[in-house]
Amino acid sequence: MVSLLDIIGPVMVGPSSSHTAGACRLGLLARGLIGGTPQSGLLQLHGSFARTGEGHGTDKALVGGLLGFRPDDERIREALQIAEREGLDYKFEKVTIADAAHPNTVRINLELDGRKATMLGSSLGAGRILVQEIDGYPAEVTGNLHTIVLVAEDKKGSIAKITGILAEHDINIATLRVSRKERGGDAFMMIECDEEPDKKAGEELRALDWVRWTRRLPKVSGG
Amino acid sequence: MYKALADAIKDAEREKKSLAQVALAAESRDQGRPVEDIRAALMRALVVMRSAIEKGLVGDLYSASGLVGGDAAKLRTSAKGPLADTPFRDILTRALAVQEVNAAMGVIVAAPTAGGAGVLPAILTGLAKAKSVSDEKVVDGLATAGLIGAVVAERASLSGAEGGCQAETGAAAGMAAGAATEMLGGTPSQVGHAVALTMQGTLGLVCDPLGGLVELPCVFRNATGAAIALAGIEMALAGITFAIPVDEVIDVMGEIGREMDVRYRETAGGGLAATPTGRRLAKERLYQIKRADG
Repeated sequence: MVSLLDIIGPVMVGPSSSHTAGACRLGLLARGLIGGTPQSGLLQLHGSFARTGEGHGTDKALVGGLLGFRPDDERIREALQIAEREGLDYKFEKVTIADAAHPNTVRINLELDGRKATMLGSSLGAGRILVQEIDGYPAEVTGNLHTIVLVAEDKKGSIAKITGILAEHDINIATLRVSRKERGGDAFMMIECDEEPDKKAGEELRALDWVRWTRRLPKVSGG
Repeated sequence: MYKALADAIKDAEREKKSLAQVALAAESRDQGRPVEDIRAALMRALVVMRSAIEKGLVGDLYSASGLVGGDAAKLRTSAKGPLADTPFRDILTRALAVQEVNAAMGVIVAAPTAGGAGVLPAILTGLAKAKSVSDEKVVDGLATAGLIGAVVAERASLSGAEGGCQAETGAAAGMAAGAATEMLGGTPSQVGHAVALTMQGTLGLVCDPLGGLVELPCVFRNATGAAIALAGIEMALAGITFAIPVDEVIDVMGEIGREMDVRYRETAGGGLAATPTGRRLAKERLYQIKRADG
């Protein structure tokens, strides 16, 4: 459903809604995935991101997102210098991810305090984005809502337990999707929430002994 | 949101409301947000639009490649030209200003996209100044523009990579023309004709930026897009009608976009980007960007 505020918006640093605003949003989601400003980041650019990214500030926007800047933050222009000051060691690579991949696609590989995270996402135009893969699990995250991602042992009743915890924190679930790499393998869950999940809800989910890890990804799009 | 402008126009006429009111009511229903909340968000967008125009008029901004910049200030101060001291000239200047800010990585409102972001603020704020229109009415204009853009997104496209420049500055011109026609007292039906009269003039427009960057010709296409929108507004307010219904004009824009060769859809493979000079400039300037960053 198209919203008026998607058409008259977003407010953003130029020059391109797909190459700049969308790239920044992908960076913000990757930052959520690693849980803060990463110490190192390898950003693999595919297609048009690789070909015209420099002139569109795609590099600055991606790194700006990793630093926590929103698409309308003018610090994006100096994001590469700020990253150096803040100890974010970034590197860009031009790659072909797959011939059929969307032209504006990036794989982001991050490290923070020994933890690693990878995310594959595309900028679809007009600032809209789609994350297709997280740590190798098939994903579908748009950033239009607050999203909880978690990896859990494939266990009966796990979804009921998780939705119960969120209900106790008065968080309404908009969508819930589960994927896995193979049968009997760990389950990867993406839970889009109408309200921003608080830190305590995240901690309670993490405390479940069959949950391997969980992260809260910010809402980065929508009015 | 509406999927046909004809439906919105019908509702507005039946309920004796403006298209802005009809659009705000539909958005409020769709998103579960109060109308005042949506108006406040549009007001924030208007503030950013005005601030981008002010920044762009100074004339000290240049794009990363140096290919564009400083031209809004040239147009603002020139005493020559048949449109000097007219609202028309002021509007062209504002369109250039916003796009120069965009190319220099300044803050703008994508409306509908960053590449076409100059047309709507230029037309609405320029006419508001010339005709002393209140901010409240300009916000109504943004709502009407959003409605028109939503219909174009639904029926055709708002992406140069999908539909060429007719889907970016062309759509922006249609949105601006419809919004301004209502802002200046036009009826919902006249809004429809303003959009049709404007977008018939941008059909087939290709997206051919040098090096694939939102710079050249994008900056200038926002000014020419605004000029076409002014022609549409002028004709519609005079009671001129366009025989092909507006939704059909939008549909054919989408059809032409789908038929358009990939060279003409933001890939820098055709059009101005592929001229001998276009290729040479892109090569030189992209090298310069890499050196500056590296």
